[in-house]
Amino acid sequence: MSEIGVGHYLTLSAVLFTIGVIGVLTRKNAIIVFMAIEIMLNAANLAFVTFAMSIGDLGGLVMVLFVIAVAAAEAAVGLAIIVAMYRHRETVNVEAFTAMRG
Amino acid sequence: MTAANWIWLVPALPLAGVLVNGLLGRRIGKGGVSVIGPGVVGAAFAVALALFLELSAREPEARTLSQTVYTWIAAGDFHASAAFLVDPLSSVLMLVVTGVGFLIHVYSAGYMHDEDRRGFARYFTYLNLFTFAMLVLVMADNYLLLFVGWEGVGLCSYLLIGFWFKDRANATAGKKAFIVNRIGDFGFLLGIFLMFGTFGSVAFADVLPSAASVLEPGGPLALWICLFLFVGAVGKSAQIPLYVWLPDAMAGPTPVSALIHAATMVTAGVYMVARSHALYDMAPAVLAVVAGIGAATALYAATIGLVQTDIKKVLAYSTISQLGYMFLGVGVAAYAAGIFHLVTHAFFKALLFLGAGSVIHALHGEQDMRRLGGLKSALPVTYWTMLAATLAIAGIPPLAGFFSKDEILWRAWDAGHPVLWAIGLATAGLTALYMFRLFFLTFHGPFRGTGEQRQHLHESPPTMTVPLAILGVLSLVGGWIGIPPAIGQALGGVPNAIESWLEPVFADTHAAGTSQAVEGAHAVPPSEYALMAASVAVALLGILAARYLWLARPELPTRIGLRLRAPAAILSNKYYVDELYDAIVVRPYNALSRFAWRVIDDGLIDGLLVGGTGAVVKWQSRVSSAWQSGAIPTYVTVFFGGVVAILVYYLFG
Repeated sequence: MSEIGVGHYLTLSAVLFTIGVIGVLTRKNAIIVFMAIEIMLNAANLAFVTFAMSIGDLGGLVMVLFVIAVAAAEAAVGLAIIVAMYRHRETVNVEAFTAMRG
Repeated sequence: MTAANWIWLVPALPLAGVLVNGLLGRRIGKGGVSVIGPGVVGAAFAVALALFLELSAREPEARTLSQTVYTWIAAGDFHASAAFLVDPLSSVLMLVVTGVGFLIHVYSAGYMHDEDRRGFARYFTYLNLFTFAMLVLVMADNYLLLFVGWEGVGLCSYLLIGFWFKDRANATAGKKAFIVNRIGDFGFLLGIFLMFGTFGSVAFADVLPSAASVLEPGGPLALWICLFLFVGAVGKSAQIPLYVWLPDAMAGPTPVSALIHAATMVTAGVYMVARSHALYDMAPAVLAVVAGIGAATALYAATIGLVQTDIKKVLAYSTISQLGYMFLGVGVAAYAAGIFHLVTHAFFKALLFLGAGSVIHALHGEQDMRRLGGLKSALPVTYWTMLAATLAIAGIPPLAGFFSKDEILWRAWDAGHPVLWAIGLATAGLTALYMFRLFFLTFHGPFRGTGEQRQHLHESPPTMTVPLAILGVLSLVGGWIGIPPAIGQALGGVPNAIESWLEPVFADTHAAGTSQAVEGAHAVPPSEYALMAASVAVALLGILAARYLWLARPELPTRIGLRLRAPAAILSNKYYVDELYDAIVVRPYNALSRFAWRVIDDGLIDGLLVGGTGAVVKWQSRVSSAWQSGAIPTYVTVFFGGVVAILVYYLFG
């Protein structure tokens, strides 16, 4: 086994991102979709950190801190929206919400 | 120099009257309007008279005044100014328009007295506007400005024919006049365009002197320019085939008929042809057409006038007939004679209309001669002035009509047109016949109206009778301005004043040797006396026949009508020309309009184009709105597909 390098990290990041995308595209439960989005964000974070370490630039690490902070806020708002959706329609199935249909 | 600076006042004064009467008319009341309305025209007459005197004080060659008020259009090569020209020809017309116009304005103040304050102001606004437009027409120094006046008088004619527009027939008559005139004006415009294309200018000073050098005599250019201009004249001056509007135009107030449809506007065509004589001299074929149409119209309208029962309709057909004489005159290149007849006709025909108006006024709107009669004692001033005018139009010497009509007949004969002369002579007889029919039916014999009308018979107020009297004097002596050499010599060398006055304008025509009129003073051909005697004899014959038929044996015309049923029906139905036009022009045109409305407008434009555009947009939006399903997963899928497509493009493309 060779040493764990940049390629491995990036592969993991890509795999995580793909899992996230598939989750967003295929799952109906809004909370699961939300979780999949979080996975995608963290996949992006992993890629940031990997590149930051490999080129020795702290900018990427700073960006990750931002993303984590924003994700926290987003989680609060997003969960609040899901709760509101549930109160409104007694379901969190994303396909049930088509009020913006043209 | 100084006189020329005052030229603009002549049209400006009536225009000021338009503004005052139109804007303040209701405030200053009927009294104010009846001072302002005639007053401005009278003032314009005074200025015109001053200009005329200024001209006559000069050498014949220097009798031209002009004033450019402002440059109206300057676009590339095209140039037109609002400029006025006062030369012998336009000064004569200015005097007629303002002089006769002033008398008719004064008369109108009496005639229209029963109108309410608002109608009264409106009437004088229109009448002043007409005077303004007519002055622009005769004073313009280029064809474009002339055309502005030409359209202006047409507009006023329309407004005044339909003055009592609450009656549908009057409004329809106004529209008819306007639309028929439009046909003529279209020809006139084409003529102006062609003229600009040929000469590069529309100013008289550029076009007329160079006509002889630019145009080829008898060539197609000269032919078409003159023909198109003449189409305009035919419309405005009510000649065959566009005369049909004038009889209907009698729907307007009677002074309007006198001013617009007898004395001034309808003679504009004659003026225009005379003004353009340099062009017409280059197109002898068109001159022949002018003379032929003039003679044909003269005879044709006279025969219709013979059987009309409406007093104003008789006068309308008489006007058409006399206009035909004028065109006969200018058509044989006797331009001065045509203008001379225009002037005398303005006197006696205005008088005839005003006299008829006085009769109608006295009988509260009765116009049917079958219900008039015996008005001689009740309306003495009207009677005597009408007698003067009727004798004048019949051509009895030494009244006005004799000299001018005879001049035209003689010149027609002299120019080698015996057929036209014969038609003119026959018309002269018919004129005497139908005019004295009108006269006898109106003033002699028993009164045929109702008893109530007889009770209220009254002579008109002085505002109406004084203009009648003045025009009566002019009808008596107006012809003396154009005494032919044949008589002038016998009287000890009295000159033909109007001919020598107009000579500077028409000089080149005389130089061309079309006639011996000017040299005629030296050798009077004996034929001239014979022609004169013939026309006087024919006129007397007409009068005697009228006396026999409608005074001595009043039952005879009815019996003739019963015997000759078919010709009588043709005449009283005016040769069915209105019906003919209705069938060949009006109805196909209406059908075409209906087609354009139903098929082209409703079907093609509204249905296919407007509706089709809407339908396409609607269909397209239905398709694209299907994309907005509102289902977030679908959006995300599409969005992701797009991201993948872009990535693939940049990574592998």
